[in-house]
Amino acid sequence: MEISIIALPLIASIIAGFFGKLIGDRNSEIITSLLVTVSAILSAIVLYEVIINQYQDNIIIATWISSGTLEVNWSMKIDSLSAIMLVVVTSVSSLVHIYSIGYMSHDPHKPRFMAYLSLFTFAMLMLVSSDNFVQLFFGWEGVGLCSYFLIGFWFKKESANKAAIKAFVVNRVGDFGFALGIFLIFYLFGTVNYSEVFELIPTIVDKNLIFLGIEFNSIDLICLLLFIGAMGKSAQLLLHTWLPDAMEGPTPVSALIHAATMVTAGVFLVVRCSPIYEYSELALNIITIIGMSTAFFAATVALVQTDIKKIIAYSTCSQLGYMFFATGVGAYNVAMFHLFTHAFFKALLFLGSGSVIHAFKDEQNINNMGGVWKKLPYTYGLMIIGTLALTGFPFLSGFYSKDAIIEFAYLKGNTSGLYASGIGIITALLTSIYSWRLIFKTFHGDYNNKKIKIEETHESPLVMLIPLFLLSIGAIFAGYLFKELFIGYGSINNFWQGSIFLIKPLSTEHPPLWFLILTPVLVILSIPIAYYLFVKNKNLPKQIAEVNKPLYNFLLNKWYFDELYDSIIVKPSKNFGLFLWKFFDIRLIDGFGPDGISILIKKISLKAKKFQSGFIYQYAFVMLLGFSALLTFLIVK
Amino acid sequence: MNFPILSSLILLPSIGALFLFFTKSKQENNITIKYVALFTSLVNFFLSIYLWILFDQSTSEFQFIEDRIWIEGLVNYKVGVDGISILFILLTTFITPICIISVNNSIKTRLSEFLIAVLIMETFMIGVFCSLDLIVFYLFFEAGLIPMFLIIGIWGGSRRVYSAFKFFLFTLLGSVLMLVAIISIYWITGTTDFIHLYELGIDAKYQNFLWLAFFSSFAVKTPMWPVHTWLPDAHVEAPTAGSVLLAAILLKMAGYGFIRFSLGLFPIASDTFTPLIYSMSVIAIIFTSFIALMQEDMKKLIAYSSVAHMGYVTLGIFTIQQQGIEGSIIQMISHGLVSAALFLCVGVVYDRMHSRLIETYGGIVTIVPKYAVLFMLFTLAALGLPGTSGFVGEFLILMAAFKDNFLVAVIACFGVIIGAAYMLWLYKRVIFGKLVNLDLKQMIDLNKSELFILSCLAVPTLFFGFYPEPLINTIEVSISDLIKVYNVNLTSN
Repeated sequence: MEISIIALPLIASIIAGFFGKLIGDRNSEIITSLLVTVSAILSAIVLYEVIINQYQDNIIIATWISSGTLEVNWSMKIDSLSAIMLVVVTSVSSLVHIYSIGYMSHDPHKPRFMAYLSLFTFAMLMLVSSDNFVQLFFGWEGVGLCSYFLIGFWFKKESANKAAIKAFVVNRVGDFGFALGIFLIFYLFGTVNYSEVFELIPTIVDKNLIFLGIEFNSIDLICLLLFIGAMGKSAQLLLHTWLPDAMEGPTPVSALIHAATMVTAGVFLVVRCSPIYEYSELALNIITIIGMSTAFFAATVALVQTDIKKIIAYSTCSQLGYMFFATGVGAYNVAMFHLFTHAFFKALLFLGSGSVIHAFKDEQNINNMGGVWKKLPYTYGLMIIGTLALTGFPFLSGFYSKDAIIEFAYLKGNTSGLYASGIGIITALLTSIYSWRLIFKTFHGDYNNKKIKIEETHESPLVMLIPLFLLSIGAIFAGYLFKELFIGYGSINNFWQGSIFLIKPLSTEHPPLWFLILTPVLVILSIPIAYYLFVKNKNLPKQIAEVNKPLYNFLLNKWYFDELYDSIIVKPSKNFGLFLWKFFDIRLIDGFGPDGISILIKKISLKAKKFQSGFIYQYAFVMLLGFSALLTFLIVK
Repeated sequence: MNFPILSSLILLPSIGALFLFFTKSKQENNITIKYVALFTSLVNFFLSIYLWILFDQSTSEFQFIEDRIWIEGLVNYKVGVDGISILFILLTTFITPICIISVNNSIKTRLSEFLIAVLIMETFMIGVFCSLDLIVFYLFFEAGLIPMFLIIGIWGGSRRVYSAFKFFLFTLLGSVLMLVAIISIYWITGTTDFIHLYELGIDAKYQNFLWLAFFSSFAVKTPMWPVHTWLPDAHVEAPTAGSVLLAAILLKMAGYGFIRFSLGLFPIASDTFTPLIYSMSVIAIIFTSFIALMQEDMKKLIAYSSVAHMGYVTLGIFTIQQQGIEGSIIQMISHGLVSAALFLCVGVVYDRMHSRLIETYGGIVTIVPKYAVLFMLFTLAALGLPGTSGFVGEFLILMAAFKDNFLVAVIACFGVIIGAAYMLWLYKRVIFGKLVNLDLKQMIDLNKSELFILSCLAVPTLFFGFYPEPLINTIEVSISDLIKVYNVNLTSN
């Protein structure tokens, strides 16, 4: 049964991918959705078993690579952590599959799209259920590949193609660190299996090694290298540039891959490796800093963007930052909790925005929307739920998980923890403002679209609304229902059972009351503020932007990261390649090598040719010269 | 003595070639000619599969040995296989029929001569991989040049003569030194029998010179940076089938030579020169990857990427570790499959549009969907995606390199990033995007034979990506014993 959770999406993908033309669009849609839904139901059963009966297992499917001392298996590890991920991945995936039937109804390549979605699900499941680092890497690159396919799904769009390659290559930069991390683990322990590596970690606590001329503690180094991989996949600061561009893909893809599942793989990796990270104070601090910087950075950028999907993309980036600083302060279970709730409300927001885009016939700029809340009542209502959950409105799911992160950061007590909690509160406020800005500009105010009339906008079909509805249930209740299980008192021992490792148990104190109510109060207050700014007095934001022009441009251009990378990495690489080719290979190697030698020989033989003139007297003269030279030589000797 | 299976493998293609030689080369005979060649190579392929089945994986001894006196007291015709060579033989016999099927569209003139060259080439290549006498090895090794020289020089593109001579000069230059070394070995030890030499060992004081002489030949053929510049030119001018042979098999002779002779006969020198190999390998990986990024000609791009891939191979071999050498061999097999397929892919569009320039293409995904899928698969294999054979080799090599030297591994690993960039960029520019060149609308998707040969290459690429055990099991014992002997030699000196 466990294996079929992974196998079903693969089978679905093969059927739709290779036989899509044969069985028709509708059948491929039904088959893929059905198989993934079955897989989701099975995952739910597994999670139930894990919660109720403490079920754990490590299934070996087959050998993959066995070379010398390296043993890598195709495997499936089931514990609390992977069971949670299985449920998140398959449930969101099945809803996205169903939603896509409606969303992609006008697309000529439906079977291909469904095949990619199922293939992605397969790769993601391989990633989360691996029992070793190499299979994890397989899934890691596999999801990257599917993301590449899906971002570039509309292959005629130049921007989509560029974004797809960018996503893959930037992820490869992360994978570069990740692969080195795996090599280092193998170098130190001679194995890549989680359980064996985790057991051996305490034996190398004091071991230092020189890496590229710098002395590192070996555990610090492993953690940092693995974290580079996590930064790439989870779009953390410095390696985040691909995520906003990835919005070129169809919206269901953004919901599944770039919100709920793939981008959380980095968080999953850090949580999975908690037995390593716990020994590295340095790495945890760096994660905290990167996490909180990303959370803040992305929220500021989201404030001024006008593309509805890009706003949500930056919001995802920012929420991933929260998850990372949760792991950085040692609250792995809280990070997982936020990952879990985030999957529901962010997928809801993305699919909701897809419904809006659909209604406006592929319009994505929120300045060209507005005033349609009566026309799209269900989408509007569901988006409101998603926004409330995201901003952490009391008693919705985000409230439980996000506030818990801020509290744990505060309770950690060290400098980075305190900073993180402060930034966390500010970012929560920003989150609330940009989220409500999106809602108000999209649904309220005047109707601003010039291309289509307001009468033409329409609510989405049921096949799209039902998944939204189901996700909204998750967005409302997931926090409340699972709070005890994930982060309740004693949950580390009861539920997580060793899949999360802590050296020091988490603090069980409570922060002061003012701290507890600060975030919710800010979040609630921000709603009328946003309403005033973006509906009542629309000139005020414009004036603010006008007054702070440099700051506004700085944010609008996403802190100029793309321009920076383009000028310091992309262009120099191309020039370097040209230089090596034109100068090194052609001028130097060939010039002095074969071409040079052949020219030289030609010249010499031209000279030699002149000797053979055919005139006897010349030959006789040369003979005479030679003869006398020889004679002189003999005499002198 | 049993049935001489290795000699049959070596001779069969030549017999086929002889048969073709006496068939009249007329247009209407072309089909018969092709079937004769195909039949010969297929028989050879099945024979080599049979050899693989008979092969005993549990020992590193040479098997199926045939030993005949050739020149009394000087040279014996001695052949045999161990786990290392058998995979290369399989690769050769597998690629040759694919080459023969692929000539359909690309070779318009003198078909029968072309096929003779291909079959003779197969003979020489199999000879290289199973000869156990240095002189016999040298003869096969050098003879392989001739058919390739002719293939480029006769059936090549517009600059074919320049390329053919460049190819010939480069490769010959190194080989002459190898011949000197082989003669020296004979004077030093009194034999050229590999098994004898392997047991005897060669005096440490001669090893450096001999190693360098062999190296000069292998480095050119690999090709290693900076003697790689003949490869892009040779590939660009060679006809598709020629490029396939060159990339898939000819380049593997040197890798095989490094493992068999450099490591086997000169362990002390190999140890001394490892830093040299490491630096040349990583330079090859990084430099040629950057160069590949900027290529405008599809074949040149793939040729440069071949140099980078062979850089991983040489790096892996000289880690002298189980993972490294196994990775190198898998990388060579994988590169044999993938580069062959990529050159065939270029050949497919070249046959239709007569252009190899990337800018000619773009936006053809809906026009040639089957082609797009297969091309994608091989692109991914070339950039080393897990689940393709390319990953297994690269991963093992880098893992072994990391154990030996952090810096080298980090730089080599960096090449993987550029690898993804140039392959995906190539694919994007050829397949995706808007259709600008309207002539492309006339393109026809893969015909049956093209689909067949590309699928034949796709299946093992994927299969060995998910389950490389058959390969690893074949070479495991041979390599672990090779490393043992190597280390014993090293410590005893």
